[in-house]
Parts: sequence; structure tokens; C-alpha cells
Amino acid sequence: MAEKKVTKKDAAQKTAKKDAGIAPNMAKEEKKPRIGVFICHCGTNIAGSMSITDVQEYAKTLGDVAFADNYQYMCSTPGQKKIEDAIKEHNLTGIVVAACSPRLHEPTFRTATKEGGLNPFRFEMANIREQNSWVHMHDSEGATSKAKDAIRIAVAKAALLQDLIPKSVPVEPTAMVVGAGVAGMQAALDLAAAGIKTYLIEQEPSIGGRMSQLDKTFPTLDCSQCILTPKMVDVGRSKNIELMTYSNVDSVEGYIGNFDVTIRKKARGVLTPDEAEARGFVGGGCNGCGDCDAVCPVIKPNNFEVGMKPRKAIYINHPQVVPLIYTIDFESCVKCGLCVTACGDKKAIDLEMQDELIKVKVGTAILATGYDIFPIEKKEEWGYKKYENVISSLEFERLICASGPTGGHLVRPSDGVTPKKIAFLLCAGSRDNTGVGKPYCSRFCCMYSLKHAHQIIEKIPGAQPYLFYMDIRSFGKMYEEFYYRIQDEGAKFIRGRVANILEDPETKNLKVYADDTLLDRPMELEVDLVVLASAVEPAADTNRTRKLFGVSCSMDGWLLEAHPKLNPCGTTTAGVFLAGVCQGPKDIPDTVASAEGAASAASIPIHMGEVELEPYFAMCIEDKCAGCGMCVKLCPYSALDLIEKDGRTVMQVTEAKCKGCGTCGGFCPGGAIWMQHFTTPQIVAQIDAFLVGGEQ
Amino acid sequence: MSDEWKPKILGMVCNWCSYAGADLAGSARTQYPPDIRIVRVMCTGRLDMLFVLKAFADGADGVLVSGCHFGDCHYLEGNYKAAKRMFMVKSLLKNIGLEDKRFRMTFVSASEGVKWAKVVEDVVNVVKSYGPNPIAGFAANK
Repeated sequence: MAEKKVTKKDAAQKTAKKDAGIAPNMAKEEKKPRIGVFICHCGTNIAGSMSITDVQEYAKTLGDVAFADNYQYMCSTPGQKKIEDAIKEHNLTGIVVAACSPRLHEPTFRTATKEGGLNPFRFEMANIREQNSWVHMHDSEGATSKAKDAIRIAVAKAALLQDLIPKSVPVEPTAMVVGAGVAGMQAALDLAAAGIKTYLIEQEPSIGGRMSQLDKTFPTLDCSQCILTPKMVDVGRSKNIELMTYSNVDSVEGYIGNFDVTIRKKARGVLTPDEAEARGFVGGGCNGCGDCDAVCPVIKPNNFEVGMKPRKAIYINHPQVVPLIYTIDFESCVKCGLCVTACGDKKAIDLEMQDELIKVKVGTAILATGYDIFPIEKKEEWGYKKYENVISSLEFERLICASGPTGGHLVRPSDGVTPKKIAFLLCAGSRDNTGVGKPYCSRFCCMYSLKHAHQIIEKIPGAQPYLFYMDIRSFGKMYEEFYYRIQDEGAKFIRGRVANILEDPETKNLKVYADDTLLDRPMELEVDLVVLASAVEPAADTNRTRKLFGVSCSMDGWLLEAHPKLNPCGTTTAGVFLAGVCQGPKDIPDTVASAEGAASAASIPIHMGEVELEPYFAMCIEDKCAGCGMCVKLCPYSALDLIEKDGRTVMQVTEAKCKGCGTCGGFCPGGAIWMQHFTTPQIVAQIDAFLVGGEQ
Repeated sequence: MSDEWKPKILGMVCNWCSYAGADLAGSARTQYPPDIRIVRVMCTGRLDMLFVLKAFADGADGVLVSGCHFGDCHYLEGNYKAAKRMFMVKSLLKNIGLEDKRFRMTFVSASEGVKWAKVVEDVVNVVKSYGPNPIAGFAANK
């Protein structure tokens, strides 16, 4: 194995000059490594669980280590200065910092390494916090020994590190936002205002998302439509936003700065005025007159109204839709052609329309795919979908909304009578560890339930809301004050979870059985209507979309940010950002703030004009390549090709396509593929350092 | 130093899922035994079968390879390819006189800190139940 190591390294040095990713001086004869080791106390985070002195003394005994030091906080300015100074003073060739995770501070210390005059890739991190002191808090001996090993392993790699030069690639000056709820719209508007052409993709026929279904918003009681519709109009009007409704993302290829996205524009069967003009019908296309709607014979439930209002097979969700273009639900359409006749000269309807695939190139993308309501019927004890007068909070929103199915008159579904006694069940499916519901807090249900209580008191004389709660979480600006206000208005709060609900078959009233945990006694309450503040879950298509963009998710399915505190809008895929509830439950203010953050983050690479890619490319050691082509088939990015060179077949890497996974290098039977920064000699040296290099 | 035998376990994990999952176990202070040493690669697809065999020949008492869940690979399908290779390694181990359960491939996502701790604990227990690597001396004598 030792032999193999030498040959590979030599061979790589021979070819190094030709390669853009490796700095020219690498090909110079390598000096004996002189590694500097810096051990971070991280306050007591690390120092509290192991002996820093022992670790440092041990580091000094390692063959390639020329200098070892420690500091309270290596990431601070004085800590970084130590690295810079030591490089110059001790003529170091490589740096090892034993501290937190490289996923947190590798960029920080690479910068310090560079400031000290070394190539930034001459740096290796030993993770002695997240993967040591924090997980072996009561085993100082074990932690100290593990830290020594980690440093020995890191030093072994650092001794073999090479100068690498990141590759700069130009950034396509366009962005994409997936999902046009309030988060997606805000992100697109911000990007557009910053002068960036933005594709806004929405799978529904119109934009606005969940917020457009709401009546009022807490705690200000602004009318949701009043604050949302101007934004919807702005989106429709913005010259920099290319709105694509009734569309979804079909495939994504490429990397930051250069994503090739294919968008599936679903057949909506209706032409916009622009599309009509393109087909030669000048002055034609849908103008939203609704003549088709009037004649369509097919009746279906309107999902926007949570199924409480009918729509036709050709429909708009509500009169204020943006864009004001009808859509045919082809699954229900019987193709009778009555709409075509009614549309007449506008020639807006095409019953044979097919899905269209549109390719666009974007520099950055924001996912704002939102949420769905947890199917609360799974909590059988509350009788949703079994008892008519048990409704979800979203149904309540539509029933209390002036533009809803009842014109804003709250009525019981069973008999159309105005309810007087109404029970609200908070945490319906949230904070639920039974395995049926969701373990997390859905974050906005407390507040909208308070709002619902207020709306009932305001609209229905003599009405009495009862709120069954676990804790009222009114954490936002002016939220706690809103809670007091609703208490003063006469809403009754009962602390306890509802065990079950039974319906009186005659009156269709509901008997709510709960435990009042403040009075420590069981209670029974008969009410006219029950509203379930259902938990929320990631929107149905989230999983498919995230995989297209290579974004991870948490165990609950919410999309995972790069770092919850330091990079809350970013993801592990460079150039892809998150906005709104797709990341986890957020109320409207937080959603809009996160969207503005994501828009700002997504605009940075575009304004910079180019980005640096980590130079972890594969390269072929041509002397060893047998031209078998196994790697070409393995590469998921088609970055490898076989070429004829000097009368032989060898593999060639297209660096722009290579993402550095190393799948080719892991397989190559001849050891002919060199993965920069994760070379075979480096990995073997790490394994050796651990197993044969340590204290025996 | 206590005299209790401490197994040497090598963990080779991918940067995006399992390394991040192990970091999460740390942030959450989920405790597990300190008998594993980690080598980070960008993707488990990078792992040559020889790395695992080399580790055993060098005297590792156990080897853990951990990547993303299928369908979650940052590089689309590196973990599938790694799994195929590691499956071969597993069948080979039996034939060279090693308990194949000393080697394990798992899938731990960036959000599964608790799972990571559980996996390490399991691996340590299994390896401890087998005792020291019987072929460790073989490499030393060569």
C-alpha cells in the first residue's frame, strides 16, 4: 500500500501542471511537511471535557508537526491571528485546527490560512467538539484519547494536502422562485426590484397561496385580501417577473450560477391574450369574462373554498385571481365544447392543449413550496369528516370570509343555523407524540384561534367561544397583548386536551369531553360547532421538488436549512435558498421576513457575477488509465468521457460538470482517478494514521 | 488508562448527511461511546472497497460506512453505488475469516443525530461482543 501511495502521488505531480485546479507551485518538489496544530478550548465547550494540555503535548510528538498551540476561541480575531503569525514564524506548510465541525468553521480557518500566506486548501480540521467533547461529556479520558487520534488523522491528511485553486464560474443573471404564496411572491418582488429577471413558478392556476384563503390576519386584524391582492397585482405587473402558473418544475441540472431547469407548463386549455396573439388571434385570448363558466355543465367542488362551494370544469378559484385566466380541469371536462362556442371570437379555449416543457437557465433558485393542512380526520376521537359540525380552521376561515361560500355568515354545516357556542381545539394534531399527529408546534394556530374567537364575538351577538389549549404561544410582536384583549372580550380558555367528541344525533350538537387541568377535573361541554386548529405539514409536492434541487429535509419533512442560525435561508446545495413555511411553520410576518432574506441571499451571487466552486474535481492519471470506461458510466453528471490521446484511450474530466463526489475515484480498478482534496493517498494516510500510527 | 479493551472503529461518512447528522448529535449533546474515529469524504461513493479492507488489515476492529438515505444523495446516486460495493465487501469478509458484522453500512440523514448516536452505540456493542480483530496480527507480521 505504501508503494501505491508513492506512485500515485508522483503520477499526479506529473500531470498537475496541466490541471487548472492545482496551483502551479504544487508541481515543485514538496518540502518536508511542517504542520501547525491549533487546539481550540471553545470556552469550556471543548476544554471542559478533555485535557487540552495533554492533547497539545501529544500533537507536538507527531513527526510532521512543527508547532502546536492552543487558544480560548480559535475562530476569534486573536485566534486567527495566531495561525497567520505561526505560518510565517515557523515556516509552516499546512494547518490543522482542532475545534468545532468543518461544516461550521472550515471557511473561517481557510481564510486565516490564506492570510498567513499559504494556499487555503492547506488546511484540515479535526472535529473535537460536535463529534467529541459534546458527545462524550462525562468521559474525559475517552474524549482526550479521541481528540489525539483526530489530530493525528488530520495531521496525516494535512501533510499530503496540495495547493488548489477554486474554479470561478460566471453566474446567469436570472433567478427562479418555486411557489407563489406570500413567501414566493415577496421573494420574487424583491429580486425583481433588485433588477433581476425572475421566473415565478406556481403549480396552482393562480397565485396567492394559503394567505389568499384567509379572512383576517392576527394581531392587527388586517384583511388578508386587502394586504395580499396589491402584491398579487404587482407580481402580475412586474416587468422583471415572468409568472408561470399551473406549472411545476420537471427537472433541474447544473450547479450554482448555472441551473438548467425544465418547467412543465400544464395544459390549462385556455390561452392568455399573448398566447392567442402568438397563434394569430390578435385581440383574442381569455379576458376572464366568465361566459364559459356560465355554460359549463360539469360541477365539481372548489378546493380553494375547501370544497364548500361548487365550481365548473372550467373555472377560476375566486374573482380576484392573478392571472385572470380560466383553467380547464381536464380530469373532469367532458369536452362537450359548449365553452368553445360561448367564448366565440376570442378563441381562448383549446380543448386539445398539451403540457409544454420549457427550459430556462437560472443562476439561483428559491424554494417557497409552503404547507398543507394535516389530515385531521386521522385523529378519530374528534370526529372530523364524521360529524358535520366539526370543521377545520381553514374551513372556518372561508366560512367567516366575506368572499367565502356563505358571504361571511358563519353557519353550521348540518343545518345552516348560526352557532352560538363554539369550541376551538388548539394543538389539533400538533405537539402530538402519539404517532398519529405531528410532534412539533405548528406555531400559528394559537394566534389564529384567538383571532377566530375575536371574530365570533364581533360578528355573532351572544356567541361564546371556548378555547381548549395546552399552552397559548403568543410570542410575536403585539401577540401577548392580543391574547389579553381576547380574554377581556370574554373568550373562555380551558387548559386541557379534548379526549373525545360525541355528536347528539338529533340536534347535531357536539359533546366535548376534556380534562380541565387547571381545576384538575374532567368536564363535559355541549357546543354547536367545533373548530379544529389542525397541524400543518409540508405541501404534498415538497419531497419531489426538494430532491430535484438536492435539498435535504428534516425528519418531519420540512426542508433543511444550511445552518439554523448562521445560514437560515441557505441549503446544502449552493445557490438554492428557502423561503417561508416549506422550511418549518411560520406566521405571515416571519414568512415574509424569511422571503426577503432568501431574496437577498439569492441576489448576492447574481450581483457578484461569478462564484467560486470548491476545486474537488476528479482528474485522470493518464499513465494508469486503462480506458475501460467504467467511470464514464458511473458519473451521475456525465462529466467524464473517453478520448483518444497519444494512440491510447483515456478518460477526460470536464471540470465544469464535475461536482467532486468521487464516485468514479471510489470505483476505478486501476487507481487512475485522483480526487482533489480527497485523494487516495490522503484517505489511506488517514486510515493508517488512526490504526497503525497511534499510541499502541 | 483503564485496562478495559477499547475497540478501534473506523467511521467513513459522507459530508452532507451522516457527518452532518453526527454534528447534530453533538449540538444536541446526545452521548455515545467514544470508540469511533471519523474520516470525512464528500460522498460514500468516493469509498474504494480497498479502504475498508485496508482498515481491517491495519487492525481495525470494526468499520462503519454511513451515507445519505437512498434518494437523498447530494450527488444523486453515490450512496447506491457505495452500497453495492460495500455489499461485496461484506460477503468478502466472511471468506477471509472475519465476522461480517464488524462491517456495517448505514444511512443517517443530516437531521438524524439521535440515530447516529444509536448506530455508533450498536456498532461498538457488536464489535465489543466479537473482541479484537483476529487478522490484525496478519498484517503486522508481513
